[in-house]
Amino acid sequence: MSSAAAVNAAGAALLALATASMLVGVGDLSTEILLASRIPRTLALLLAGAGLAVAGVLMQLVAQNRFVEPSTAGTAQSASLGMLAVTILAPDAPVVVKMLCAAIAALVGTLLFLRVLKAIPLRSTLTVPLVGIVLGGIIWAAATFLAYRYDLMQMLASWSTGDFSTVLRGRYEVLWIALALTIVAYVAADRFTIAGLGRDSAVGLGLDYRRVVGLALTIVALVTAATVVTVGTIPFLGLVAPNIVSLIVGDNLRRSLPLVAGLGAGLMLACDLLGRLVPYPFEIPVGTVMGVAGGGLFLYLLLRRDARLG
Amino acid sequence: MPALANVALMRLTARPGLALIVGLLALLAAAIATAFLTIGARGRWDFVLAFRGTKLAAMVLVGVAVATAAVLFQTIARNRILTPSIMGFDALYGLIQTGTVFLLGARGLGFGDPRLAFAVEAGTMIVFALLLYGWLLADGRRSLHLMLLVGVVLGAIFRSLASFMGRMIDPAEFVVLQQRLFANFNAVRSDLLLPTCLAVGAVLLVVARLLPRLDVLLLGREAAIGLGVDHRRNVFLVIVLVSILVSVSTALVGPVTFLGLLVANLAYMLLPSYRHVHVLPAAALLAVVALVGGQLALERLFALDAVLPVVIEFVGGIVLIALLVRTGRR
Amino acid sequence: MIETQELTRRYDKAAVVDAVSLQLPEQAFTAIIGANGAGKSTFLAMVSRLMPASAGRAFVDGLDVATTSGDVLARRLAILRQDSAVTARVTVRDLVAFGRYPHSRGRLTAEDRAQIEDALDFLELAPLADRFLDEISGGQRQRAFVAMVLAQDTDHLLLDEPLNNLDMRHAAGMMKLLRRAVDERGRTVVAVLHDINFASCYADHIVAMRDGRVIAEGPPEVIVTPSVLEAVYGIAMEVVSVRGYRSVHYYR
Repeated sequence: MSSAAAVNAAGAALLALATASMLVGVGDLSTEILLASRIPRTLALLLAGAGLAVAGVLMQLVAQNRFVEPSTAGTAQSASLGMLAVTILAPDAPVVVKMLCAAIAALVGTLLFLRVLKAIPLRSTLTVPLVGIVLGGIIWAAATFLAYRYDLMQMLASWSTGDFSTVLRGRYEVLWIALALTIVAYVAADRFTIAGLGRDSAVGLGLDYRRVVGLALTIVALVTAATVVTVGTIPFLGLVAPNIVSLIVGDNLRRSLPLVAGLGAGLMLACDLLGRLVPYPFEIPVGTVMGVAGGGLFLYLLLRRDARLG
Repeated sequence: MPALANVALMRLTARPGLALIVGLLALLAAAIATAFLTIGARGRWDFVLAFRGTKLAAMVLVGVAVATAAVLFQTIARNRILTPSIMGFDALYGLIQTGTVFLLGARGLGFGDPRLAFAVEAGTMIVFALLLYGWLLADGRRSLHLMLLVGVVLGAIFRSLASFMGRMIDPAEFVVLQQRLFANFNAVRSDLLLPTCLAVGAVLLVVARLLPRLDVLLLGREAAIGLGVDHRRNVFLVIVLVSILVSVSTALVGPVTFLGLLVANLAYMLLPSYRHVHVLPAAALLAVVALVGGQLALERLFALDAVLPVVIEFVGGIVLIALLVRTGRR
Repeated sequence: MIETQELTRRYDKAAVVDAVSLQLPEQAFTAIIGANGAGKSTFLAMVSRLMPASAGRAFVDGLDVATTSGDVLARRLAILRQDSAVTARVTVRDLVAFGRYPHSRGRLTAEDRAQIEDALDFLELAPLADRFLDEISGGQRQRAFVAMVLAQDTDHLLLDEPLNNLDMRHAAGMMKLLRRAVDERGRTVVAVLHDINFASCYADHIVAMRDGRVIAEGPPEVIVTPSVLEAVYGIAMEVVSVRGYRSVHYYR
């Protein structure tokens, strides 16, 4: 498939999903519902999906590993811990301030992850995600401890499972930052592609490696924090979307980034729709659907790789 | 426990150093258990002892079950990082519990005989564990990291699937269920104490007979076959035993992810012996010490009585990363 | 006595071992040679029941390896594979003691202990007996595994590339040892060997495989000739005789 055709097909599919997302729901379709709930929800899904998929790609470039993404590198858990801390210390701070604190915590968590990775010599491709998952578990345990002490368990739970059912006009707008960051990532795509070749090659090609990695991690942290704060953690999306795109068009970000963002948004919409349609008129949060569907795809990617090597 | 202890005692006499270590651990466990029963007790003794005794019994059972399951599993997986919890066994049991409610309604769990429900769930657990993990482990050639990652992802899928089903059942039933899916030593299912005790006892009897064969399995598939041990059959047998043990501990208190990893590795470090006859009792005693001691410290010193699983998660995660760092070094 | 009838192993459709029928001589040293992918290791793995056959049968002392119980076979046939990584911290003596498992099931008798010490002495491992496996060199570890296999006290020994990872000195030592196991203890040794010169100098019988089939077998005088070896390996070979042993030159 040529990449232009792929883009067209993907665009059409995305449009169809977005339309469906606006039509599905309990209650009659009035302008009021559309404006207050359906459109914001659909937009939030698109923004979070695209942003998380792009964050996944950047994470993979920085860690030099195909199997990491914000929720398997301690980033999402650190963002939750940061949110929790700021909620305890400054409960009345505005959402944007809280989100920035979460983003800083996410950045620190991701840097910690990269530090730990460095401490492991002889690491295999698979140790990297493993360390990330375990580190995320440790941070999550710390957050649970704090939440338990300060009676904030319910709040922590709401950040752990991605759920768009509470998205309304006026309560999702922080997510637009994901779009801005996706555009920044696209502008810097060539630099990221080169950084993905590894530090030595990147420096050899005259790139300021540290700065590019810094930019990538900042984008990852901000996108992760924005989604965790508004809708919660969505597992595996940042991992599955880039891997599928990479299989089809390769790893040149200038070409693949729009597809990654599109696929991320599409998968997000599809999972959310599934979660709304299967138990109709009830809902299953998208984080749960993604945990099953994305986890299954991840498993497939892992075992496929094993079969090819074996 | 008694059967295993007897066999252990017989063999231990040959190596005084090992006997000493295991003996000291047993004393420590007994001392902590006594402290747990008596410290800060007010009011009527029979009431206090009954209440704390139930909790203590559950913690001992869970400790023995989790430690034994972890050591057995590490033997067939031939490494010191994989444990049943990390590989998603606990999550699978949680999924089966949810699935039972989903398919049969709360009747399957609550209104029927809880012992029957436990037996059915443990049976289902064995079947699914064999199907899912049998192929992964019997091969013996897969890389450790692949198995580990597959296990972790399977665990995540099971948990998501469980909460997926959880959302589709009656909210009232869901509340009952949710209490079971989170580890909590204060909400012990006392109605399950006797059946689970019997299950653990039966498993330990089988394990006692298997001891020398387990040592041979440490050499790996090919060497084991060469020495006349049917590798495949024994791997499957161990998965069955591990499934029962995990069912017991998860049914009693909920999933405790990193405890097995923690105590198994402590036991390897403490004992200058690879033999299961030494390692298994040591790991079991360490688990009892960790659980009862941890609960005692949290309850009496910090007045936090429900966060032990969280603390274990935290410490265990750090141990796992340290292990990964160290295996890389070698 | 080791015998195979039409022993075959297929992956998808391609046969890696293709209907091999052999009778290997008793109380002798047999070397299996052939290029990479000729099916040597697969053949050995099927005879030693590590791998099921797709078709055909293999017998040890007239017992079908596919149907005979594992512990019965373990008292007649011992196997050593290329990479025997042990993750547990086990001493050399512990490892050799495992060789007695088929006889004692973990409860060592005085007879077992004697056999263990004997195997340790035979491989000159007595000074290392209480060292852990991860504290000794690769060559020493290889010898420890051979000692375990000898302690198993079986009539038949099957070894898959026993010279792997050994330098010249240790490789020659290993071959002398296997030779002694045949000459002094009347064992039957079957080994997959990559070094044709070792096979030529130590083996009584050579089986040459190519593309899953046996294309020649016989004593070294018959097999180690330019025409046979060129058919086996597909490159030109020059055979010279040094002190009565045939030796092959193919380096340039």
